[in-house]
Amino acid sequence: MNPVNYLYLAALLFTIGATGVLIRRNAIVLFMCVELMLNACNLAFVAFSRMHGNLDGQVIAFFTMVVAAAEVVVGLAIIVSVFRARHSASVDDASLMKL
Amino acid sequence: MSATAVAPVVHTLWTTAAGPIDKIPAPHIEYTQLSPVLIVVGAAVVSVLVEAFVPRKARHHTQVFLSVLALVAAFAAVVGLAAGGYGSTKAHIAAMGAIAVDGPALFLQGVILLSAVLAVLTFAERRLDPADHGHRVDSFAAEAAAVPGSDQEKAAVKAGFTTTEVFPLTLFAVAGMLVFPAANDLLTLFIALEVFSLPLYLLCAVARRKRLMSQEAAVKYFLLGAFSSAFLLFGIALLYGYAGSVSYADIAQVVSGDVPAVDPALAQTMGNDVLLLIGFAMVLMGLLFKVGAVPFHMWTPDVYQGAPTPVTGFMAAATKVAAFGAMLRFLYVVLPGLTWDWRPVMWGVAIVTMLGGAVVAITQTDIKRLLAYSSIAHAGFILAGVIAATPTGVSSVLFYLAAYSFVTIGAFAVVTLVRDAGGEATHLSKWAGLGRRSPLVAAVFAVFLLAFAGIPLTSGFSGKFAVFKAAADGGAGALVVVGVISSAVAAFFYIRVIVLMFFSEPKADGPTVAVPSGLTSVAITAGVVVTLALGFAPQYFLDLASQASVFVR
Repeated sequence: MNPVNYLYLAALLFTIGATGVLIRRNAIVLFMCVELMLNACNLAFVAFSRMHGNLDGQVIAFFTMVVAAAEVVVGLAIIVSVFRARHSASVDDASLMKL
Repeated sequence: MSATAVAPVVHTLWTTAAGPIDKIPAPHIEYTQLSPVLIVVGAAVVSVLVEAFVPRKARHHTQVFLSVLALVAAFAAVVGLAAGGYGSTKAHIAAMGAIAVDGPALFLQGVILLSAVLAVLTFAERRLDPADHGHRVDSFAAEAAAVPGSDQEKAAVKAGFTTTEVFPLTLFAVAGMLVFPAANDLLTLFIALEVFSLPLYLLCAVARRKRLMSQEAAVKYFLLGAFSSAFLLFGIALLYGYAGSVSYADIAQVVSGDVPAVDPALAQTMGNDVLLLIGFAMVLMGLLFKVGAVPFHMWTPDVYQGAPTPVTGFMAAATKVAAFGAMLRFLYVVLPGLTWDWRPVMWGVAIVTMLGGAVVAITQTDIKRLLAYSSIAHAGFILAGVIAATPTGVSSVLFYLAAYSFVTIGAFAVVTLVRDAGGEATHLSKWAGLGRRSPLVAAVFAVFLLAFAGIPLTSGFSGKFAVFKAAADGGAGALVVVGVISSAVAAFFYIRVIVLMFFSEPKADGPTVAVPSGLTSVAITAGVVVTLALGFAPQYFLDLASQASVFVR
């Protein structure tokens, strides 16, 4: 199969993730959409790696996974602490500092 | 990481293992030249162990001592490297092509380390609030995990807990910031970005007072930061697709079109300008987010306002330095062949950033928000120097960043001193008449505001003059006109605060000015001294910046 198709899929997934971040309101869902974007990046890296015949892209994909895992740790800690204080994970409710 | 060990034909990735595998060469790491980063990372790890093993009573002092020692030692290492010629003649690319050791990198690392030392001093301040249950308290929550107002939190306050974890987090953030402007391939760039961003997200969430606001700031910063770094990463993927490598030098070579022998596997995507332009735009978007340039500035006011004030000062100063360093290297090393494509884009961004930041700041009523919008305007001024695309442009940006970071840390340190019953009194109306109540603090803050405004004999003037001159020489005259206009607009609201402090009657229920311990005093004094020194005698530092303005390729 033509590896370029995987690039189209990556771009599609990235767009879905970005759209999700922009239109959804729950912090956890937003966060999952960001993860989808990171995974779309991984797919693009691996597809390019296959097309180029070098391994850089695959190595980078590993790094991205580690970063994504670290981001989950930090992100969930913050979101959960907010949820416990406010009983809501909606980003619209977080508006103490609106101008 | 290179393509040497792989057969040149596509679709052989999975079959190469059948043959004898070449020995993997051990990487050659120049430990001495990477010592600033290694010292800070090492201290961060030790600091985590301190958190685990040192008794709670001794922890605060141990952490402060360890952090300051590590940062000073790392600064000494930077000075040593610079004195050894690594900033000029011996500049080269270390760690198998991952990290550049050159003038701009060392200069910015020095600035980041110095501002981090001052920031750690303000983090350690425990004299501003009255003692709580007999325990001295700093700006950080007793127990960040406890729900605000809960019994658990009250118990933690009573027991005198403090979040000493801020010190290891700061050290990790500093380590990432040191690597960020020195990163010489896109993967290192991304990892460094995450290494300094993740601790900052957490640091935002741990304020002692106004905890809901602090947590809200952290959520906003985290979600938007993660969103922007996903864009950056996709941009990196596209640039990798474009050039077949993430190393700056290789990409620059493909951009300029003088690749000696094109790999047949690469011919499919190499030189595809769509990949290059979209990839470059997305990476730039990630970097512009970090410096807080319009239209990627939405997070700045909320995060600056909600984060604990010492953290805001650290973030405002050091993040900006690191991110502008990375942006300079990206634009000047990777994309010199694309200057005519990125300049118009950056023109637009710089103009809306300068004007947007300055105009919106006028309407602000909170001092931290005001400083946040002022930092956006300053990002625009610095972008004017970036756009110059000349060596003077680089040196002017380096100088501006050095000047700006000290002013910022000092200004936010002063903000921590003005307090009322609810913690810091950040509403501007509370600052009315501060000059009568506490002339010294008001005078010091006035110096910082004048430096922000760019009044002569302060570092702000020298910096602004340098970037605007570089921009004008680099053919961006119109940008300088916009810059001067928005400086004038910005001067209005800085002067307004000064007028408010000195020429209006103090309110009866106004805030008190806390008397800080030596820690904050040192930070503020250093800020004032550097501000005035760079204002009265900028030449030595301008020379230093211009000696440090050559990127190694």
